[in-house]
Amino acid sequence: MSEYLLELKNLKTHFPVRVGTLFERTVGTVKAVDGVSLGVPEGEVLGLVGESGCGKSTLARTVLGLVPATSGTVLFEGRDLRTLLSHELRALRPRLQMVFQDPYASLNPRMTVFDTIAEPLAVHTTVSRRERAGRVGELMERVGLARRLMKKYPHEFSGGQRQRIAIARALALNPRLIIADEPVSALDVSVQAQILNLIAELSREMGLTLLLISHDLAVVKHLSHRIGVMYLGKIVELGDAEDVFHRPLHPYTQALIRAIPSTDPGRARPAGLLHGDPPSPMNPPSGCPFHPRCPVAAPECATTPQPLLDAEPTRQVACWKAKTP
Amino acid sequence: MPLLDVENLRTYFHTRNGIVRAVDGVSFSVEKGETLGIVGESGSGKSVCVYSLLGLIPSPPGRIESGAAHFDGSDLLRCTPEELRAVRGKRISMIFQDPMTALNPYMTIGDQVTEPLRVHEGCPKMEARTRAIEMLQSVGIVDGAERLRDYPHQFSGGMRQRVMIAMALIGGPELLIADEPTTALDVTVQAQILDLINNLQQSLGMAVILITHDLGVIASTCDRVLVMYAGRFLESATVHDLFQTPRHPYTEALMASRPSAHAKGETLYTIPGLPPDLSTEIAGCPFAERCRHAVDGCRECELTLEDVAPGHQSACLRVQAGEL
Amino acid sequence: MRSEAQAEKGTSLWQDALHRLMKNRLAVVGACVLATMVALALATPWIVPYAYDAQDLELGASGPSRAHWFGTDRLGRDLLTRVLYGGRISLMVGFAATAVSLLVGVVYGATAGYLGGRTDAVMMRFVDILYALPFTIFVIILMVLFGRNIVLLFVAIGAVQWLTMARIVRGQVMSLKHTDFIDAARVMGFSTSRIILRHLIPNVLGPVIVYTTLTIPNVMLIEAFLSFLGLGVQAPMSSWGVLIKEGADAMEEYPWLLVFPSLALSATLFALNFLGDGLRDALDVRAAKD
Repeated sequence: MSEYLLELKNLKTHFPVRVGTLFERTVGTVKAVDGVSLGVPEGEVLGLVGESGCGKSTLARTVLGLVPATSGTVLFEGRDLRTLLSHELRALRPRLQMVFQDPYASLNPRMTVFDTIAEPLAVHTTVSRRERAGRVGELMERVGLARRLMKKYPHEFSGGQRQRIAIARALALNPRLIIADEPVSALDVSVQAQILNLIAELSREMGLTLLLISHDLAVVKHLSHRIGVMYLGKIVELGDAEDVFHRPLHPYTQALIRAIPSTDPGRARPAGLLHGDPPSPMNPPSGCPFHPRCPVAAPECATTPQPLLDAEPTRQVACWKAKTP
Repeated sequence: MPLLDVENLRTYFHTRNGIVRAVDGVSFSVEKGETLGIVGESGSGKSVCVYSLLGLIPSPPGRIESGAAHFDGSDLLRCTPEELRAVRGKRISMIFQDPMTALNPYMTIGDQVTEPLRVHEGCPKMEARTRAIEMLQSVGIVDGAERLRDYPHQFSGGMRQRVMIAMALIGGPELLIADEPTTALDVTVQAQILDLINNLQQSLGMAVILITHDLGVIASTCDRVLVMYAGRFLESATVHDLFQTPRHPYTEALMASRPSAHAKGETLYTIPGLPPDLSTEIAGCPFAERCRHAVDGCRECELTLEDVAPGHQSACLRVQAGEL
Repeated sequence: MRSEAQAEKGTSLWQDALHRLMKNRLAVVGACVLATMVALALATPWIVPYAYDAQDLELGASGPSRAHWFGTDRLGRDLLTRVLYGGRISLMVGFAATAVSLLVGVVYGATAGYLGGRTDAVMMRFVDILYALPFTIFVIILMVLFGRNIVLLFVAIGAVQWLTMARIVRGQVMSLKHTDFIDAARVMGFSTSRIILRHLIPNVLGPVIVYTTLTIPNVMLIEAFLSFLGLGVQAPMSSWGVLIKEGADAMEEYPWLLVFPSLALSATLFALNFLGDGLRDALDVRAAKD
């Protein structure tokens, strides 16, 4: 048994880009996830941040088997999910759950709240229908919804309430790991806070292991024990949340934090904004993928790939400058 | 005299589920050269408010029930469609949230950027081309001349937003309306675009109305801010005053609920309840149901923005009475 | 605190749609006319005044009268009786062939759409090939080979109609299968058949229902057309199509023979079309949101 509940070893998810319908040919490869290794110990909240297209959502979907991995291993409870047979994987599903970004899309509009939350119980457990009703009621109260609403349909709820339903559904089978992909970014600011509080409370009280994916550093920092920063399919920095946020070592992390608009109007925007857009993951730059936008890039950055190495006892950084400041 | 002066604008949507009072009696003005921010959550009516000014409200179901919008002596709400067309895209122009859908995928960038010039000024093709290249350069597309023949899909998200800005600014507008211009963009690109808008505004001397749900964007770009909720304005202040001394419980609550306002792991402040249903008439303050300072009077009062400090207006009854 | 027994009832999207449908006057009239037609067709053997093949050669063709409301044909058979019996056949063909197309089309289309990839490509090319066959010739060949047989007629029409249904369902499923709630169902570890039956199909039923109400009149028209060509049901049985053909032959001497069957067919087709339009408006999820 490994020391981690979830461990990824050199995980790669590449999508071939094909043209033509009858005579397909591959014209390129999108390297959405390109060699990610990390471990999540039981009970930890690990935040993954990055901009759109950095592969963070593909990473989540690969771990859950919604997208096939190209190579590497996904170890959950010490077993490699990629080698499991489909019925073995299905039996393991209850312990590995997901909360999606858009609560308008992630609930079946034709099913009541009761049916939505009770369905996993009906499929994976032998509890009777009456016990299920009790369990659904408990779960609803657990996530802050009144039990009497269980016969209602998703369209009768607001966005925040729907996200609560989706969380209750994920909790129904007592999972060990929940992957939350941008759980609050589709919600309004005042509602975000409610859902973030709920997630924090659940992870604390139920000892949940959580992989939290978001583009919003403030959200990730608030909830996570550790933060991983992704850029073009690779993790460029990984460390304790406070350290990464207040003392970023990788130039990309530094730029990301500087770019957050400050709500202190007296403060001028700091210099050192990045230029240009993130490159396409279809043809990532050679060497360190960040080098074309990097303010401190040296000539060798364009040629030498930067592996994720220990920079401090609890921090790994994929930049040679971080070790020789 | 302000550049744009809007009085008592009401825009209602007549749907089969009743009348939705999306914008319900708002007044504001924009001075020449200033950046006015309108901040509010989704459904607060902030976009409907400016779309109404430009005649972009789908009708039916939308209808402008009352109000006036004085722009340089004429009332935009009572213009003929021809008069409005002469203003739109020339003297007032707009950039939209999603640069992926706001550009026509079948037209080259060059044709799209020069279109306002050709339509409004009948500018000859060669001159339009030269001006387009200059404009693209000023929004940070340095190889503008080579890229005129490209189509939108050949540009990245941030570049497309730059093209949109070039398109909006090429006619030299006096007022630019930016509706969530950076919401669809990444943080690092967002910072570039906000910087660009700020710089161009200063060099061209135009006024900007920036609509956003993000307090951070407001803080880093605007001079003055209007806080919108359920179709009304609850507070109006300079950016500095708003962030230093918010004078409405809603603004305060909004700021308090951001994760960055809290120490790590601390329970976030939350606003209880949900925004009101706009299809039923709201008596008094629309925020009263969720406000921790609400008293009985809040549910009956006439909602008006009153001065509570120099240049600072609040619609809160209790702030106006000096109780908060 | 309230117990679960007092849980508030929600309104499903179906109930919402029904509510909107009831407000559409034309659609309600259509539904009533259709219901009347179906009720008459079901009750025909007990309410008709004459046997459908009872001839009265002495009377011959006669116009509408108190004894024969719709008149009689050349053989002195009561036209009302024959229209009612014809309605039974026409409606049965309409509903049965549509049911065949519905069953085959929905399952086939949903499977192809959900599985995707090579399976989908093969399944849909098969549909394309069937589409390319000229329908009329196909039916004529079947009729010549197996003789005129009403069950064969259902099969022949159904076999053609399911193709469009399969395409519609496949398109809907393709756009739905990457939505989060389907991914959520996969993450829950549900089986493929459960995902198709419980999560996909209920969400594509809207367009399917609408298309069904428009398929029934289509099928009835095909039956009328085949009968008109002499390929439909066999005498002395009749369908609306057969009656219209006979009426058309005698149009100049005995116009009532054409008028009454045509009215019956047109009324039913109108009713189905109004109902179909009403359902389309009522089930349009996007319109429901504003």
